[in-house]
Amino acid sequence: MARAVTQRRKIINTAVAWSIGLLIFFPILWTILTSFKTEAQAISDPPVFLAFDWTLENYSVVMERSNYMRFLWNSVIIAGGSTILGIIVAVPAAWSMAFVPSARTKDILLWMLSTKMLPAVGVLYPIYLIFIKLGILDTRTGLVIVLMLMNLPIIVWMLYTYFREIPGEILEAARMDGASLKEEILYVLTPMAVPGIASTLLLNFILAWNEAFWTLNLTAAKAAPLTAFIASYSSPEGLFYAKLSAASTMAIAPILVLGWFSQKQLVSGLTFGAVK
Amino acid sequence: MGQIKLNQVTKSFGDVEVIPPLDLTIEDGEFAVFVGPSGCGKSTLLRMIAGLEDLTSGSVEIDGTDATTTPPAKRGLAMVFQSYALYPHMSVRKNIAFPMRMAGVDQAEQDRRIKAAAEALNLTDYLDRRPGQLSGGQRQRVAIGRAIVREPSAFLFDEPLSNLDAALRVGMRLEICEMHDRLKTTMIYVTHDQVEAMTMADKIVVLQAGVIEQVGSPLELYHKPRNVFVAGFIGSPKMNLISGAEAEKHGARTIGIRPEHIDVTGDSGLWQGVVGVAEHLGSDTFFHIHNTGLAETITVRAPGEVSFDNGDVIHLSPRLDQLHRFDAQGLRIE
Repeated sequence: MARAVTQRRKIINTAVAWSIGLLIFFPILWTILTSFKTEAQAISDPPVFLAFDWTLENYSVVMERSNYMRFLWNSVIIAGGSTILGIIVAVPAAWSMAFVPSARTKDILLWMLSTKMLPAVGVLYPIYLIFIKLGILDTRTGLVIVLMLMNLPIIVWMLYTYFREIPGEILEAARMDGASLKEEILYVLTPMAVPGIASTLLLNFILAWNEAFWTLNLTAAKAAPLTAFIASYSSPEGLFYAKLSAASTMAIAPILVLGWFSQKQLVSGLTFGAVK
Repeated sequence: MGQIKLNQVTKSFGDVEVIPPLDLTIEDGEFAVFVGPSGCGKSTLLRMIAGLEDLTSGSVEIDGTDATTTPPAKRGLAMVFQSYALYPHMSVRKNIAFPMRMAGVDQAEQDRRIKAAAEALNLTDYLDRRPGQLSGGQRQRVAIGRAIVREPSAFLFDEPLSNLDAALRVGMRLEICEMHDRLKTTMIYVTHDQVEAMTMADKIVVLQAGVIEQVGSPLELYHKPRNVFVAGFIGSPKMNLISGAEAEKHGARTIGIRPEHIDVTGDSGLWQGVVGVAEHLGSDTFFHIHNTGLAETITVRAPGEVSFDNGDVIHLSPRLDQLHRFDAQGLRIE
C-alpha cells in the first residue's frame, strides 16, 4: 500500500540507506584502495584514504609471482561445475518434493537443512580420507563434487520454494496434453521457474566461488581456485597488505561484476513468492 | 469413440474413504454432468477418469479397454481446468499446439488444426498473445482450443466456468453445448451449479459424499427425484420440503412441492402465511413465506408480476398432482 511520505522524510531515508550501504561496502572499498598503495602507505598510521601515490606495482608483482589465470580458470570450473551439477540433481528432487510429496517430505527437507548447521570441519577428516582413497585430492572434479554436495540443500530448498509457487494444475494439464515426465519438466516446469532457477544458479555460483574452507583444505597446487590464491599472500614471510589487497581485488572482481549486473535478478529471485 | 465405464471404483485418502464402491457407465457421445455440493467427490471422480488420481480399487475402462493404470497422457482424453491451466510462458498458438507437439503431429497439420480451432473459438486475432494478456473468457477459450485439437475420445471439464462472471458464463455454456452438438464427442462436465447441469446435460449424475444419489436425464431428475437429497438439490429455487402432520396427511414422512407448483391468492387456499420477502424479477415473482406452520420458510415462484408485498397475508394452493412423497429413509414413494 502506498503511503504519503514528506520530502524531508525521503531525504533522511535516502541518507540513512546510503550510509548503511557504504558501511557494508567499506571493507571492499578499502581493500580496492589499498591495492593501489605502496606497502608503506598500506600500513601507515593514520591511514591515508585517497591522497596517496596511486600505483599498479602490486598488481604487476602479483601477476608475476602467481599464475592468476590458472586460479581464475579453476574457480570458474569449480563454481560453475558444482552449480550446474547441483541444479541437475536438485530439479528432479525439488519436483518430487513440491508436486508428489510423501508423508516424510517435510522431514527430509529439514534434515537436509540441518546438515548446513554442522560445522564443516566436523567432516573434514572423513572427507579428506575418502578423497585420498578415491585419488581425487587436489583435483577440480573432487572440489566440484564436494561443493555441489555442500550447497545441494540450499539449491533443493530454493527450487522447492519456487516450484511450490507453480500451480500443480498446469503440470497436470501438460500430463493430459500427452507430455511425459521429462517433457513436463523440460517444456513446462523449467521455463516457468526460470527466474527462480536463475537466481538459484547465481547465488550458488557466488557461494561456491567464495567457498574457502574446502578449497583451501582439499587443494594444493593443481586445482587451487582464487580463494587459495588470496590465501597464498598471507604468507609466512610476513603480511604484505598491499599485495594481499591486490590479490583479493583480482579474486573478487569477477564475482563483484557478476553480482552487480545480476542484482535485479538476484533480488527478485530471492523475494519470489514472498508477496502473492 | 468414447465410452467410459467405472467398475467398483473407490478412493481413499489415508483412512478416509471419499468414494465408496461406485459403478457408472457414460455412453459414447453422451454429455454427462457430475453435480453435487462441494466436497462430494465429483472432481475426484473426474480426476480418476483422467488418470490424475490413482484408484484405491476398481477399474476404469475407456472404449472397452482397461485403462486403470494407463498414464493420463496415454488415455486419449482432454481436460479443461477451472483455473484454465494455460502455459503462461507460451503464446496462445503454442498453447494450442502443445498437445500436438507432444503427439508428434506434423507442422502442416498442426497449423491446420490451430486455424480451425481459432476460428471456431474467435481466437484468430489473439494467437500471438500470451495468456496473461487475455481476459478470463478468452483464456477459457484457449483451454478449450487446446483440448479440441487433440481430437480426444472424450472431453473432461472440471468446473470450467466457475471463474467467469455470470453473463460470460451463460455465453460459454451455450458454446460448449454447440461444440458438443457439432463434435458429438463424449463430454464429462463437473459443476456444483445445478442450472449448468440442467441446461447442458444428456445425463446428470448427482453425487453426495462420494455416493451416486441418482443418474438420469435433467427432466427425470426434476420430475422424479429418487430421494430427498436430489429433490432438494435439483431445481431453482429449491423444492419446499415439509415433514410432520402435513406430510402424514399424504401418507409420507416428508413431502416436497416445487415453488413453481404452488399458486398464490389473497383470499383462499390450502395453506396460509405471511410474506417475509417478495422478490420482483419482472418475469417471475419469488415469495418467501413465513408463519405457515409447515416449515420455517415456504418459497413460491409465481409467473409474471404478482403484487403482494412484505407483511401481506397470502394463501397458498399446492398442485397436489405435483406433490412428491418420501418415506422414512428419504426415498421416493411412487
